[in-house]
Parts: sequence; C-alpha cells; structure tokens
Amino acid sequence: MNKPYVRPLSKTSWFLTQPRYKRYMLREVTCLFIFAYTFLLIWGLKRLSEGPDAFQGFLNALHSPWSVLFNLAVLIAAVYHSTTWFNVTPQAMPIQRGEEFVPGNIIIGAHYAVWAVVSLIILIIGIRGM
Amino acid sequence: MSERQIQLEVLRYNPETDSEPRYQTYSVPCMNEWVVLDALNYVKDNLDPTLSYRWSCHMAVCGSCGMMINGEPKLACKAFIHEYTDQVRVEPMANFPIERDLVTSVEDFIAKLACVKPYLIPKSDQPVSAGAFQQSPAELKKFKQYTLCINCMLCYAACPQYGLVPEFLGPAAISMAHRYNQDSRDGGRDQRQEVIASDEGVWECSFVGACSEVCPKHVDPAGALQQVKVASTLDWYKEHLMPWMKK
Ligand code: SF4
Ligand code: FES
Repeated sequence: MNKPYVRPLSKTSWFLTQPRYKRYMLREVTCLFIFAYTFLLIWGLKRLSEGPDAFQGFLNALHSPWSVLFNLAVLIAAVYHSTTWFNVTPQAMPIQRGEEFVPGNIIIGAHYAVWAVVSLIILIIGIRGM
Repeated sequence: MSERQIQLEVLRYNPETDSEPRYQTYSVPCMNEWVVLDALNYVKDNLDPTLSYRWSCHMAVCGSCGMMINGEPKLACKAFIHEYTDQVRVEPMANFPIERDLVTSVEDFIAKLACVKPYLIPKSDQPVSAGAFQQSPAELKKFKQYTLCINCMLCYAACPQYGLVPEFLGPAAISMAHRYNQDSRDGGRDQRQEVIASDEGVWECSFVGACSEVCPKHVDPAGALQQVKVASTLDWYKEHLMPWMKK
C-alpha cells in the first residue's frame, strides 16, 4: 500500500526552524535598509531641485540624532550585506589558473581591496567638495 | 570500549495503520565509536524488526542513509554517536514525502536528475577508431568536485526553497548539469540550458547556501548554482545586447 505522508511546512515561519535559515533571513532583511536609504537620496535630489534653501534644510535635517541613527543602522546593514556577499564570491566566481584554483581568500581579499579603494576615492571627493 | 545508553527518538509512520507520523523512543546501548546507523541496526536486530530505513554501504558512498538527525540532514553512517548527547532524534529527510518510517519517496529527485541529461553528449559523433577523447588534468579538475555527488539528497532536505516550491529542480540536479557543462568533452550545454535556466531551474535558488553546508561530499552545490546563474546571465547579454557575439 502506497500512501506517502507529506509533512506540513509553514509558508510564513519556516525560517525560524533552523539557525542557518535565520542567518539567511537576516541577510535578506538588510535590503530593506538599503531600500529606505535610496528614498533618502531621492528626497535629497528633490530638495536640491527646489533651490539652495531647500537643500540646506535637507542637509540640516541630516544632522538630527534620528538621522544619524538611521544612517548608522543603514551602514551596519550595508556592511553586513557586503561582507557576507564577499565571503561567498569564491563559490560563485572560482578562477582556475593552470590546474589549480586560485585560493578563495585571494578572491575575497581582492573584493575588500577594491571596496577600500572605491571608498577612499569617494571620501576624497567628498572632502574636496566640502 | 565505552558504552552509553542512548534514547533514540524515531519518527515512525506506517501507511497501513497510521494517519500521521508519531515518535517512538528506543533505549539503545551504543558503543562510543558507533554511528547513528549502527544504533538503528541495533534496534532492528534486537528491539523492533518492524523499523524501516534505507542503507547499504555504511561508508558514505552509496548515499542511501540520509535522514534528519537532531533536525540536521545527515548520513546516518557518518553521524558519530560521540558527537551527540544521550538524546538523539531521528526523522526522515525533510521536504520529502514519507513512505514508511525513515524511508522517503525519491521519485521526484530521480525524475529531476534524469531531465538535466546527466551524461556526456559529445560535440560530434566520432568513430571508435578515432580513439579516446583526451582530457588534461586541468580540464578534469574544473569539474572533478561535482563528480563526487552520491545523490544522497541531503541538499534537498536542507533547501527551504525546495520545501516551499517542490517544482524547483534543486541543488544536486543542477550541479550535475553544471558538471557536464564544465566537461571539455561535452557539447550538450544548450540542451541542458532549456531546463536549468528556466524559472523552476536555477532562478528558483535564492542562495540560502544550506545545501553546501550539509553536503557530506563537499560538492558545494550552492557554488555550482551561482556559477550557472552567472553563465546564464552572460548568455542573456550576449543574445540581447551583443547578438553578433553569439557563437
Ligand atoms: S550535492 Fe551533496 S548533498 Fe546533494 S545529493 Fe550530492 S552529495 Fe548529497
Ligand atoms: S549507508 Fe551508504 S551512505 Fe550511508
């Protein structure tokens, strides 16, 4: 007699069943912070288009404690998202040199290096522009 | 040789009499060097001959003893008793229908594996007199890791995406397609792409990465799937943005 039993799986709380699923969800959730931050940038652009006073008001608002807190939260989320992504790049983009594969930490390291250089350039541009 | 009394809690299901599975606990005197499969064999031989489960090689090569041990997809023949406390819970592999006790239905996986054409499709027919297809060590190394798959299905038991969307081709089947696509002797990628680059194929994967964490043979199916995504995306660009690049 064949009567296979299918175990129910919750569509809404499956990720609570395993620590690795929770880690995955945490990573996915970071995109909401990035999403919110893009709105902040678009809002800034809108204020910029409305003239110098409006833009100054926007800049002042950025100095409020809530804004600093928000930016900090976004930064943490973005760093978590980026580093977890960097750490899996050797899996997604292995590089074979001759017979051997390039060690994973070199590929990961290259990502961190590019990140540092790009951040530095943006920092310099930012400071120069002030 | 030290011995320890283990409470083995097994999820049981008899399709002839049960409407749903239930737990049954066996008290098993385990040797320290035993694996969970030894404990199950002890139960079958000494306590309860009705207990059903699959196994064959007892050395992590046949891939038939996959089950959930304390909620984690494991080969029962590779799960050492000394790594567990005195209470061990054993359940059939998650995401698969239960046939009986720890035995699950594997038809779905077998069908998926078959549909990715997991065999060499030579680029051109060649008479036997032309000799063997040559392959360098570097060309072999490119896909060697994927040949180690033993079709144990632990990656499917770990994959929440497969649990939520049973149509998903899943980690091992796509990794096997990738294995042949990476093979210098093979010319069947276009045929496989139709299946693996579809919605139910690789794009159903959201890179949870659980498959690679549980794989007992370090196949890294999650890595294979991301590589398939990268290659499929490049195909798309070549076709739509640079039509002249197409082969
Ligand atoms: S990829 Fe790993 S976990 Fe999946 S079937 Fe193959 S050996 Fe098992
Ligand atoms: S019995 Fe063969 S893999 Fe465990």
